[in-house]
Amino acid sequence: MTSGSTSLWQPSPRQQERIAYRRRRAIRSGAIAALSTIVVFGGVVAAVLSSPGWPRTQQTFFSWYHFRHSFSSVLSGLWLNVRVMLICAVLVLVIGLVLAVMRTLRGPIFLPLRIFSAAYTDLFRGLPLLLVLYLCGFGIPALRLAGLSYQPAVFYGGVALTLTYSAYVAEVLRAGIESVHPSQRMAARSLGLSAGQTLRFVVLPQAIRRVIPPLLNDFVSLQKDSGLIAVLGTPIDAIRSAQIYTATTFNYTSYVVAGALFLCLTIPLTRFTDWIAKRQGWYGTGGAATV
Amino acid sequence: MSLLSIRNLRKAFGQHVVLEDFSLDVEPGECVVLIGASGSGKSTLLRCVNLLETVDDGVVELNGQDITDPRVDADQVRARMGIVFQAFNLFPHLSVLDNITLAPRKVHRQSRAEAERTARQMLERVGLSDKATAKPDELSGGQQQRVAIARALVNSPQLMLLDEVTSALDPELVGEVLDLLAELKADGMTMLLSTHEMSFARQVADKVCFLHGGRLLELGPPEQVLREPAEERTRQFLARIVDAGRL
Repeated sequence: MTSGSTSLWQPSPRQQERIAYRRRRAIRSGAIAALSTIVVFGGVVAAVLSSPGWPRTQQTFFSWYHFRHSFSSVLSGLWLNVRVMLICAVLVLVIGLVLAVMRTLRGPIFLPLRIFSAAYTDLFRGLPLLLVLYLCGFGIPALRLAGLSYQPAVFYGGVALTLTYSAYVAEVLRAGIESVHPSQRMAARSLGLSAGQTLRFVVLPQAIRRVIPPLLNDFVSLQKDSGLIAVLGTPIDAIRSAQIYTATTFNYTSYVVAGALFLCLTIPLTRFTDWIAKRQGWYGTGGAATV
Repeated sequence: MSLLSIRNLRKAFGQHVVLEDFSLDVEPGECVVLIGASGSGKSTLLRCVNLLETVDDGVVELNGQDITDPRVDADQVRARMGIVFQAFNLFPHLSVLDNITLAPRKVHRQSRAEAERTARQMLERVGLSDKATAKPDELSGGQQQRVAIARALVNSPQLMLLDEVTSALDPELVGEVLDLLAELKADGMTMLLSTHEMSFARQVADKVCFLHGGRLLELGPPEQVLREPAEERTRQFLARIVDAGRL
């Protein structure tokens, strides 16, 4: 259209006045935002720091001395959490996807698969993770099955996490699959795509994009819960390291170290996913296009 | 005084200038029809008037008040005009009645009983009394669009903006919506609308306004603009419409 005329246009005096007004408003908004933030957070910090028990609390949870001394052992434990989390995340995605697809299959012949998937998600979503951890970590070895019962404790921890989180992720993916409008399926089938191709090339890509935020939520949660494998005793992950440190010093700073390290992993992951999703234009579909 | 006065309006999206030096007056009770090719700026103009877009320069005055002033409360301005979109944009989770009563109840603070009474009158007016409890997806496109018009009318707007309200409808459903708009016009409603229905424009328009490349190229009574256009570009546009069988 008349794209070339941009350079010729100069804002009218009225528009310049509006621009100046908006700029003043923006500066004022910024000042108010800064002030309210300082007041609120400053108030919270002041309340905590002035509390009668603060020196004792600080010594127990936020001791710089213990921070430095527990840091390296907790950090080396964290590497175990990262590995457990990565391996479990891949398994969880695969199993969750299979479960979700099984649940959405139509046709009478697939009823057993649908029943299995529904029963599995009902069971593992409902059971406390701690119970599943004990069942896997102490129950499977007690069976004394050749091969399966003689693995390191971290293996059972991973199995328990995978079992539980597959159920969560399956439900998230199923919600995504069912949110894709039926007309998309019809359009794909009308082009001659098989049911499987429709799922693979049309339904799942849209479904997964839609559920990225809740999926990420589950993976952040998985990462935190990877600390729970410490209850199985032998694997020395970040939480277990912190526990050992606390047991010898009666100081909880090591747990705070573990918490801070976990945050260092999850916060960048969240921001990264948001950024990717935004860049790809994955959010905010629906509604009518207007010219 | 004009009800709506647009002067030297400019709107660009990045480098793409959609409206440039655009001026138009709409008198009370007048029906002004915007015509022009897709992308000529009709929708953007309507959205600027409804303050859904911030203008880059120029003035829009409603009853002499500069509504493009950043100090003006946009919600308060919008409450004085109704807009209907091409794609209906009914709220799918609400019944027809709730779609219509949402703004009266939440914005204009009417009681539910009062809002529903007015809404039912409005539904009767658009001929959909029996659909009050239906959900939008149970209605035909024409019915949905009539609900959308009722939803805008229930706020007693001084000005109705209608953006290609029949473009998404099946041909046999266009008539029922256009008939409704003709009735509105007969009742004295001030309207600014964009359409591709030239015969409708000829029937109801007081003025027809031809947009090309974001500028007002020709403005006049429908007999003149649609039958004896002064501008070559208007002639070309109308010829394409005739070829498409829409005149």
